[in-house]
Amino acid sequence: MIWAVLLVPSVAGLLAMLIPMRSAPRWLLMTAAAAHITLVAGLWVRPSPASHWIAADLPGRLFLTITSVLFLAMAFYTIGYLRRESGKAIKDFQEGFLFTNKPEATFIGCLLFFLATMSLATLSQHPGLLWIAVEATTLVSAPLIYFHRHHRSLEATWKYLLICSVGIALALLGNFFLVIAAKGKAIGLDLANLQAHATALNPVWLKAAFVLFVVGYGTKMGLAPMHNWLPDAHSEAPSVVSALLSGALLNCAFLAILRFHGILSAAGLGDFSSQILVLFGFISMATAAVFLIRQTDAKRMLAYSSIEHMGILALGTGIGGIAASGALLHAISHSLAKAMLFLTAGNLMHLYNTKDILKIRGVLQVAPVTGTLWVAGFLAIAGFPPFGLFLSELTILTGALESGRWLVASGYLLTLGIIFVALTRIFLTMSFGINESWDHARISDRGMREPSWSLLPGIALGAGVLALGLYVPPKLWQCIQDAVLAIGVH
Amino acid sequence: METFIDVLIILLVLTNFRLLGSSRISACIQTTALQAIILSAFPIALHTDALGFHLILLSGATIVVKAIVLPWLLRKTLREINISREVEPLMGYTASIIIGAALLGLCLLISEPLQSTHILGGRMLIPGALFTILSGLFLIISRRKALTQVIGYLVLENGIYAFGAALAVEEPLVVEMGVLLDVFVAVFVMGITIHHISRDFDHIDTDRLSLLKD
Repeated sequence: MIWAVLLVPSVAGLLAMLIPMRSAPRWLLMTAAAAHITLVAGLWVRPSPASHWIAADLPGRLFLTITSVLFLAMAFYTIGYLRRESGKAIKDFQEGFLFTNKPEATFIGCLLFFLATMSLATLSQHPGLLWIAVEATTLVSAPLIYFHRHHRSLEATWKYLLICSVGIALALLGNFFLVIAAKGKAIGLDLANLQAHATALNPVWLKAAFVLFVVGYGTKMGLAPMHNWLPDAHSEAPSVVSALLSGALLNCAFLAILRFHGILSAAGLGDFSSQILVLFGFISMATAAVFLIRQTDAKRMLAYSSIEHMGILALGTGIGGIAASGALLHAISHSLAKAMLFLTAGNLMHLYNTKDILKIRGVLQVAPVTGTLWVAGFLAIAGFPPFGLFLSELTILTGALESGRWLVASGYLLTLGIIFVALTRIFLTMSFGINESWDHARISDRGMREPSWSLLPGIALGAGVLALGLYVPPKLWQCIQDAVLAIGVH
Repeated sequence: METFIDVLIILLVLTNFRLLGSSRISACIQTTALQAIILSAFPIALHTDALGFHLILLSGATIVVKAIVLPWLLRKTLREINISREVEPLMGYTASIIIGAALLGLCLLISEPLQSTHILGGRMLIPGALFTILSGLFLIISRRKALTQVIGYLVLENGIYAFGAALAVEEPLVVEMGVLLDVFVAVFVMGITIHHISRDFDHIDTDRLSLLKD
């Protein structure tokens, strides 16, 4: 079963690229997404026996489920999106030139490979395999960012490829340091073994390895100051890809850091790794706050908000205790909310033909459902009750206060406050007000303005994040706490 | 065997200086191929007692991927984009070599506390590998052409691999092969991207790729 989770999307991806039928890739995408989520559900019912290489342990299953759910929503959206966009020249709305898109089969094939590599990254139980999987996610997602064939997306793809590859190369060095730390101790190199015998590892090399892991996988996760690729890639990729990058990929990198944090905690070096995580968390939140204040590009704004939330995850994990459970809950809520926002942003871009925040006005009036989703997404991402992110941010704050870290707690609240104000200004001016410049004649029909395929995935994801805010099932909370215990974060 | 390994490491250090001081991109590609051959000798020289199928396969794969396929791929890209030199790098060649020398000193200094009995290859291995890593990083940040940056990435990879070579017995073969495959695909995808960049922009100067910013 566990191998099927990896094989189904890979095989479907290969078929999508090879079968020379126009409609085949779309069918394969939907079928594979549905099959994947069914298999993942199967893993919850009957976990496969663990091996040294891959296993569906609790944290892995949790993140795999987020990925799978998001992918299903994205697959649904992609079908409609491709029907509208593919096979014709499109006018670029920033500079006015015409461009075409990447062939559909390649795009869908890479999407499916992306799902396969992310699944592998969540299930890997060996540091080497984990590295291979995370690097592979970079390579298969680079063509996705270059879907719109024009020079801006090309620039974004280049930055993404180079920065992430170099970053992840450093994580490989971390892997070797980990091997050196375990050398001569007859410890198996899979994560469970490393954790069980963590105290026997050489602490100096282990610490050095962790720093490299945070820098390496942190590049992929979007922690500042290694985040430079993220706003570019998110703003130039199609919205579906941005949603997957933000909601699923960043989480996979976070899981990798989390696993190594667990090993350091088991080795009694938890204080060291916690401090590093708190530090990077703060830098990320502060960087995001600075760039959010004067942001004028809607998708870059969402990208910086992702950096902020990755900072919150790192911070929560670093604080530990209940805050670590809060961070996992936050990862789930953030994925749902951010994916919904990116999809809605994609709709807005199509409606207004611009990404410029200053030119998008009166969304609620022009497109009521999209506008409602946009406002709901804002409330969710800014941490308003009754959405899930409010609850998880509060849990992290509680954790900080309970462990007596007043300074951390106040810094956390301050940055959250600044970001809240910045986001309010952006979202509210976009949503309310009356739009004079919007060209009614261009898309006059209401059904064309808001086709149902572009709304349903957003509504479903939004309902999810709302439900998490109203009621966290005790089973889910138990599961999150068990996952934190399994990783070994104290 | 100690002296043989020392010779290999000195050769590795010298190739780095050649990379730092060379303006011809094809010479740089050739040097990375040379580095790969030196590196492929590492696991065999270091583990003479445990010499087996695993290590020989690893060395062979390294030579095939890093000394034959990747240089061929880079040369092909080089021909397509029709440039031969790194003109006006952000940091001149003399300056690069001086910085390289300083970096080498730094590596010797910081590897002193890291020396451990667990690493094969004598006292030169850690500074040599670290220096290769730093040279790669320096090439990435100090050169303009996208292709030279890919070469920098390869050098960085080589430096990391030098560490790995000392531990080749520990790491399972599957992992090593996976890493090689990833590096190969990474360079392949970068090559395609460079091809697109040169077609769309008529140049591959990455410092002029600066449309996206805040």
